[in-house]
Amino acid sequence: MASIGDIPIKVEGEPAAPVAYGNALPVLSQVRHALAQLIQGGEPTQIDLGAMPFGPGDEERLMTLLGSGEVTASVDALGPTRIQETAFSGVWVVEYLNTDGQRVALHLEVDHAPRLLRSQPADLSDALAALDARLSAPDANPAPGD
Amino acid sequence: MVTASPHRPDGRPAPARQATLGESLRRNGVSRRGFLKFCAATASMMALPPSMAPAIAAALESARRPSVIWLSFQECTGCTESLTRSFSPTVENLILDTISLDYHHTLQAAAGDAAEHAREAAMHANAGEYLVVVDGSLPGPGANPGYSTIAGISNYDMLMETVADAAAVIAVGSCAAFGGLPKASPNPSGAVAVQDLVKDKPVINVSGCPPLPMVITGVLAQYLTFGKLPELDQYNRPLAFFGQSIHDRCYRRPFYDKGLFAETFDDEGAKKGWCLYRLGCKGPMTYNACATMKWNGGTSWPVEAGAPCLGCSEPDFWDAGGFYDALSVPPGNSGDMLLAAGAAGVAVGAGVGLLARSQAKGAAKQHQTVTAEELEQKL
Repeated sequence: MASIGDIPIKVEGEPAAPVAYGNALPVLSQVRHALAQLIQGGEPTQIDLGAMPFGPGDEERLMTLLGSGEVTASVDALGPTRIQETAFSGVWVVEYLNTDGQRVALHLEVDHAPRLLRSQPADLSDALAALDARLSAPDANPAPGD
Repeated sequence: MVTASPHRPDGRPAPARQATLGESLRRNGVSRRGFLKFCAATASMMALPPSMAPAIAAALESARRPSVIWLSFQECTGCTESLTRSFSPTVENLILDTISLDYHHTLQAAAGDAAEHAREAAMHANAGEYLVVVDGSLPGPGANPGYSTIAGISNYDMLMETVADAAAVIAVGSCAAFGGLPKASPNPSGAVAVQDLVKDKPVINVSGCPPLPMVITGVLAQYLTFGKLPELDQYNRPLAFFGQSIHDRCYRRPFYDKGLFAETFDDEGAKKGWCLYRLGCKGPMTYNACATMKWNGGTSWPVEAGAPCLGCSEPDFWDAGGFYDALSVPPGNSGDMLLAAGAAGVAVGAGVGLLARSQAKGAAKQHQTVTAEELEQKL
């Protein structure tokens, strides 16, 4: 199926100058407050950018203000999730995409590491059981010289 | 393992144990990270803070699939289109996969008696626990039932029979919630809303023409997740989605506060994205989530496309005056009040909303009908 971006658009005349709606800077203030909270009390914060009344260009402006850091990660679970550290340590952009590559949510996480990158506690128990099974399998311990 | 007792207290057989949502998703190859991601997106969908994702995950892990019976009456199928034409596969689809949609005219393969038997079987097997979703208004008990029937059953009889053992009723779309277009003057079919008829069950109104797909599934997700119905506003709409006006969440609001308005659809103000208030935007009197959730997979929404909000999620919006008449300028009145309101900004905003509601009612009284011949003469 063709995506909405495939629809050809022809702009006639001079495009209007980009408008600054001024909705990005307040979010940056919220991020600053969250980062101070993380440093002082260790409390992480998630901000749902989908719930912000952004106009055209506001999200891009916010991303420009946040910049890019050293870490980029991708998680392949129920579609890809892109994780980007911003230029501000401890501030992460987490973009959740579905299997068609369309965004389902966009969050800012203010934390030492994004929640999705951590191993899930229930998976640790499953992994331990899987390792035990692997070690006890007959072909896991071949006799010397085999 | 806990097993369900084979019979209920009243002697009817208990429904077979169904897989929990967590089991169902893992059986479909969804990892725990995927599940966490699903919950993060679900939190967004339910207009909850992302920090609620672990709580949602814990609740959904053990949630059971509720049975849903979907009744379509006097409607245009736009609400179903809104739900099913969302980008696929999405969180909405995943939620739909986790409910048991036992009856839906548009989506089911069965027809005629077989379809009606499916509805009756779902009602019997899940008595007291199933949800009824209604889209469309219906001719009231005093109206001619012939205006809308299904399988020879009047809409009124089908609704009252189906809701008798339901846990709750969700009225989807402005027709089911408030009567919508069929109820608009002169209301030839005697259309009424679901809440006019159902008095002994909780009725949740998910208004909009159509409603946002994420709001429809968000309400279902909330029931699925927390096992209870959401907090409602004065019109029985979920506060999580209808708690704030379009105006208060609009990205063009700063222009309203500065008194910067588009005067026509192609003037400099329109090109610069200024406030659409004077072009008839009903944002101040309209409560909905379009400004943040947007449409078409979050691509845009009417105001972002340069069109004023029509107020489609409010009661009787069809009869509330012209779509392109500014709220504070009802037919025949001067625009002085509009200018004052525009310049005064935030403090006046709330008052304008209240004023707008009363003026919308006033406009409804002054509503003049026009014949097709008169329209042709104008064109």
